Amino acid sequence: MASDRKGVARGGLLVRAARSREIVLGVFVLLLILATGLRSPSFLTFESFKLVLLDAAMLAVIALAQGMIIITRGIDLSVASMLGLTAMMVAFVIRAYPETPIILTVLLGIALGGVLGSLNGVIITAGGVPPIIATLGTLSAYRGLVFLYSNGSWINAYQLPVDFKQLAKGEWLGLPNLVVFAVVIAIMVYIFLNHTHAGRDIYALGSNPEAAKIAGIRTGQITFMVYVICGLVCGFAGVMWASRYEAAQTNTALGFELQTVAAAVIGGVSMLGGSGTVPGVLLGALLLAVIQNGLTVSGISPFWQLAVQGFLILLAVISDSTFQQRARRLSMRRVAR
Amino acid sequence: MTASDKAVPASISLAPVRKPLLPRLLRWEWFLVVLILGVSLLNAALSPYFLNVQNLFRASSDFMEMGLMMLPMVLIIVTGNVDLAVASTLGMTASFMGLMFNNGVNIWLAAGAALLLGAAAGLFSGYLIARLKVPALVITLGTYAFYRGLAYVMLGDQAATGYPSSFTYIGQGTLPGTPVPFSMALFLLMALVFGLVLHKTAFGRYLYAIGNNQDAVVYSGIRVARVKVIAFLLSGTMSALAGLVLAARFGSTRPDIGTGLELAVITAAVLGGVDINGGKGTMVGAILSLLLIGLMRFGMGLLNIQDQVQNIAIGALLIISVLLPNVPQKIRDRRSGWDARSILVVLLALIVVVAFGWFFFWSRAVVFSLS
Repeated sequence: MASDRKGVARGGLLVRAARSREIVLGVFVLLLILATGLRSPSFLTFESFKLVLLDAAMLAVIALAQGMIIITRGIDLSVASMLGLTAMMVAFVIRAYPETPIILTVLLGIALGGVLGSLNGVIITAGGVPPIIATLGTLSAYRGLVFLYSNGSWINAYQLPVDFKQLAKGEWLGLPNLVVFAVVIAIMVYIFLNHTHAGRDIYALGSNPEAAKIAGIRTGQITFMVYVICGLVCGFAGVMWASRYEAAQTNTALGFELQTVAAAVIGGVSMLGGSGTVPGVLLGALLLAVIQNGLTVSGISPFWQLAVQGFLILLAVISDSTFQQRARRLSMRRVAR
Repeated sequence: MTASDKAVPASISLAPVRKPLLPRLLRWEWFLVVLILGVSLLNAALSPYFLNVQNLFRASSDFMEMGLMMLPMVLIIVTGNVDLAVASTLGMTASFMGLMFNNGVNIWLAAGAALLLGAAAGLFSGYLIARLKVPALVITLGTYAFYRGLAYVMLGDQAATGYPSSFTYIGQGTLPGTPVPFSMALFLLMALVFGLVLHKTAFGRYLYAIGNNQDAVVYSGIRVARVKVIAFLLSGTMSALAGLVLAARFGSTRPDIGTGLELAVITAAVLGGVDINGGKGTMVGAILSLLLIGLMRFGMGLLNIQDQVQNIAIGALLIISVLLPNVPQKIRDRRSGWDARSILVVLLALIVVVAFGWFFFWSRAVVFSLS
């Protein structure tokens, strides 16, 4: 599925494994978990790992949508603001009407997120505004709306019903609900990206927008679609965030957009568009969650977290582009022969 | 902006081409001047405190750090790139200075070291971008996190305070005998230098040429990599300088200093008519847009509108400033005019937006009526 594997010369099994981003990442995550476990054995219990999985699940659902957008050569910097705004609006509604059925609150969040995402999509496709500028603008506009909406006030745990607070943390087959939801979403995204026309069009658009247009793909519609999907997912995540942390604040998820981009890019989604896989993104999200929890557990200052994250993004980008350059040179040489 | 627009070869000649009078009058810069006059009149009508020279000068120092970072940002955006890491570089260098000062190093020595660190940070980003031939967005997203992270590693939950008054002067002081803040004088001087570099030197022409058609520039034997590295080196250094001014103005440094400023900086440049796709824009436009944003924020502040809510207006302004020039072209593209389907889509979008707005204010009112 990843297009960057095509131009590579065949090697032994180990060499090929080393070239697969998913395997390298998977081994790295395992080593990291073991290393953290050696420092503090309590990290290896199922209970503490549930927390890691909760963090990873929250990050993964948005990173999957972010990854889809990055595959089309776009970016959505407004995800954290969309999440914060829907979390706040849904929490307000629940506070006013505590009897609202849980399923309705989830649907409300998804719908609100969809509206915000489609506004992004309209600005980008119909308005012809580059994604980075459009979502940079809505990043601050949506966050401003959170303040305007709540007047700077917060919704606290005691203002939310117990049922709602259990939505993300309640368990099903021993796993937190949010993790189960994330798995379902990941499977849906996997099927969508690999086994539907629209999903394949996303890759085609990202690999070569001009060619995709000539091939008859409605590039505008595909672009619009990925931003709407991202909005829907952020709306869902907003409800989950309010449920998990039992609060909606004006600074909910502030700066989270960077983590979603990081998870996608570390997971092998190329910022140059056209390649990226669902398992890769999931591993990228898991890696960030393990680092985040591992640092805290092993007593390293949590202030290292952001620096490590930035370093990993740089590492991923550098390895990707040197690898692609080498692949291009190899295939050029083959053509020359 | 489509690819065919960019295929038009850039004029690399040093002599500017004389344009007819009407297009020169219809420039974006004049539009900004009109907006500035409009905002000033509106502010003056709404608040009696607006037209006060003392107040205006004092308020201006809030925007000088932004301005200092905007100057090299204009050069970078003209080449068709963007530097997301400016505010993080500011944070890292200011934290570095604070850390050294806390450990007993002379403040001016620490400030000099911070400037060097900023230059190194810019050099690092620029080298990676030129060497790997990837969009600057990709690399600076990484350095955005990395540099800010290093700021937290350096200072943690500490703050550096107690800077001597000779140092805080660069952020708080005014030129002797005038109400002009020192930081404003510094900005104007730098603006003059950067304006001359962009519009009157061969280096400046290379920046435009790279933004218009990088391949052509490569084939004409110009060292594109070197031009880009220099632009990012300038960006890093100016971010560090802005960090010194900001730390001096606050009189202290915390690792989150200047967080989010990159957005304001890019907004100012793009609103100033600097095309995010590269190749177009003037320094005068960028400076005018900085003035416009400053007046808007100052006026909204006088009306007791929160900073965060002001961001709605600034974010919308950023989008509209890029969207507006596209509209005539979009309408011209659709030669058949409005068909039934596009009218339906627009109507649907309007209904959704109105419904959202209604829900927004309705649900808000319900909760506030409870408490």
